[in-house]
Amino acid sequence: MKNPDKNGFYGEFGGAFIPEMLYPNVAELQDNYLAILHSDTFREEYRKLLRNYVGRPSPLYESPWLSARYGARIFLKREDLNHTGAHKINNAIGQILLARALGKQQIIAETGAGQHGVATATAAALMSMDCKVFMGEIDMARQAPNVERMQMLGAEVLPATSGSKTLKDATNEAIRYWINNPGSYYLIGSVVGPHPYPDLVTRLQAVISEEISTQLENNFGQAKPDYVIACIGGGSNAAGAYYHFIDDSEVQLIAVEAGGQGIASGKSAATSQLGRMGIIHGSKTLLMQDDYGQITEPYSISAGLDYPGIGPLHAHLIKTGRSQVYSITDEEALAAGMVLSTHEGILPALESAHALAVLEYTRFKPEDIVVINLSGRGDKDLQTYLQYHKNKHK
Amino acid sequence: MNIRQVFAANPEGLLTIFYTAGYPQLDSTVTVARHLEAAGVKLIEIGMPFSDPLADGVAIQHSSEVALRHGMNLDIMFKQVAEITRTTGLTVVLMGYLNQLLTVGAENFLQACRQAGVSGLIIPDLPMDSYAAEYQELFHRYEMAISFLITPRTGEKRIRLADQLSSGFLYLVADNSITGREEGHFSNNQIAYFQRIKEMKLSSPTLIGFGITTADQYFLTKKYANGAIIGSKFIRKLSTTGAVSRQAIAGFIESVTRN
Repeated sequence: MKNPDKNGFYGEFGGAFIPEMLYPNVAELQDNYLAILHSDTFREEYRKLLRNYVGRPSPLYESPWLSARYGARIFLKREDLNHTGAHKINNAIGQILLARALGKQQIIAETGAGQHGVATATAAALMSMDCKVFMGEIDMARQAPNVERMQMLGAEVLPATSGSKTLKDATNEAIRYWINNPGSYYLIGSVVGPHPYPDLVTRLQAVISEEISTQLENNFGQAKPDYVIACIGGGSNAAGAYYHFIDDSEVQLIAVEAGGQGIASGKSAATSQLGRMGIIHGSKTLLMQDDYGQITEPYSISAGLDYPGIGPLHAHLIKTGRSQVYSITDEEALAAGMVLSTHEGILPALESAHALAVLEYTRFKPEDIVVINLSGRGDKDLQTYLQYHKNKHK
Repeated sequence: MNIRQVFAANPEGLLTIFYTAGYPQLDSTVTVARHLEAAGVKLIEIGMPFSDPLADGVAIQHSSEVALRHGMNLDIMFKQVAEITRTTGLTVVLMGYLNQLLTVGAENFLQACRQAGVSGLIIPDLPMDSYAAEYQELFHRYEMAISFLITPRTGEKRIRLADQLSSGFLYLVADNSITGREEGHFSNNQIAYFQRIKEMKLSSPTLIGFGITTADQYFLTKKYANGAIIGSKFIRKLSTTGAVSRQAIAGFIESVTRN
């Protein structure tokens, strides 16, 4: 269940629904990615960079406050401590090595809030590769510091001016550029897009679940948790945190979507509940759309969760009941983030705060081992937190 | 006439015009078709506006956004297309994205096409293997032709497969680019590609599209294929005329077909 079939399908979800113009680009990746990922040179260099450059393994921290509050042994997988502040770098480093193995000189990427763009620009700087990042015009205005940061890293940031001028349109523009420039390497940021991207990104993020397993075994004598909790937008941090446990039905997988202002409010990104089967960015999955198949713009306070689709692996896990999905509102996420900051001294990214907030809705046994993937740090969300804090104490 | 019949009836070649339903105005779809017919066009390709048109260049993308803002949707479009096929002799092909079929269900969609008198579909993000496995039988049942795209980078085996699966025409993408590179002439590489395809003696009629703007190019497409599809250039023409004028459309067709 954790890997797709040879055509890239997880059950009924996935595949590669791409125009013929893109076929050779995608076929080149499909034909080569597994051999490169499994090669000794790739594995060795990837491990080395994850250790010495990214700072892995990331700690698995048992939170005394959360454990006492929710009556279980609650662990935080500290992806927020990675270089560049989130799990995104795991994938960017892996794919840039893949790009190099394929002989590519130029990297292109899409970004929403800018986290994946920064991770990609960082990896490209490290490898001295040319980098172009597509970003919706509206997102560029909202996330100006990240735009400047990418530029400082030597990347060119190109505005996507079509459609809703946000992440999905940046992805469209990146794909169009890739069609026109087949020599470039498209470094996609989540477990979305045409096969093999969902599998490729999942495998690169799987270092998270691999470490969780080793850390639990070494420190607590139990190689698997009872629960793994992660937020999902496209779903890359969740796919990585789940991977080694997907085929073990004793581990419960919990996926947390952004409920925005509430599922029924019309301002939400709860894709699995509001979405229907369709095609987005070359993948058959659940996506938010109107009655005529026009893809709608999602909303969440967290820029990393407002993608109108979800990765096909997650659509499959949810549809088959393997993962349980919850949605958390903006307000709940902000409150959970503030609580962690106050009681543990850790300010989580708003995305990760959604995963924390779900603890209010779950019931555990005292001996349960619960791992929450703390996918990123909250520095980028400071303004939003401060505003929330101010309003709260007015 | 269905697609194969219209090719058989026009052995000297066909100029096919693409435009977007609901552009420049919500209700201009039928008027544009009538003016095209009056100007001598036999086969038209109507774009179904989509929020995320991955395979389209800037001009067509923009026309889709405008049409959607006007309130264009599948129900309105099918009504307009039905009026076109009822009141003109035009053969109509629809171009859209797979999500638009899936959202209403492929069978319902094909049924609506058939009721509206549509002869065929072009769905750029429907891969050939997926069509063969899941949709071919349904298309046959509803007598709906499909036309696949091939590009300068498509290998021979895939070209043969596209030829075998296409029940409409083969759409030869002139350039491996969707930005609408419009230079007014074909490069030597492009000519070599057209020649290579011609020598394959495919069974489907072929139309060359993407980036065609001049009569010289149209003349060449008739030499190497069964004609051309012009989209972006026509869309831009519509955008500048404001109200859809019969004269402007006739002038446009004249400008790309005269020797």
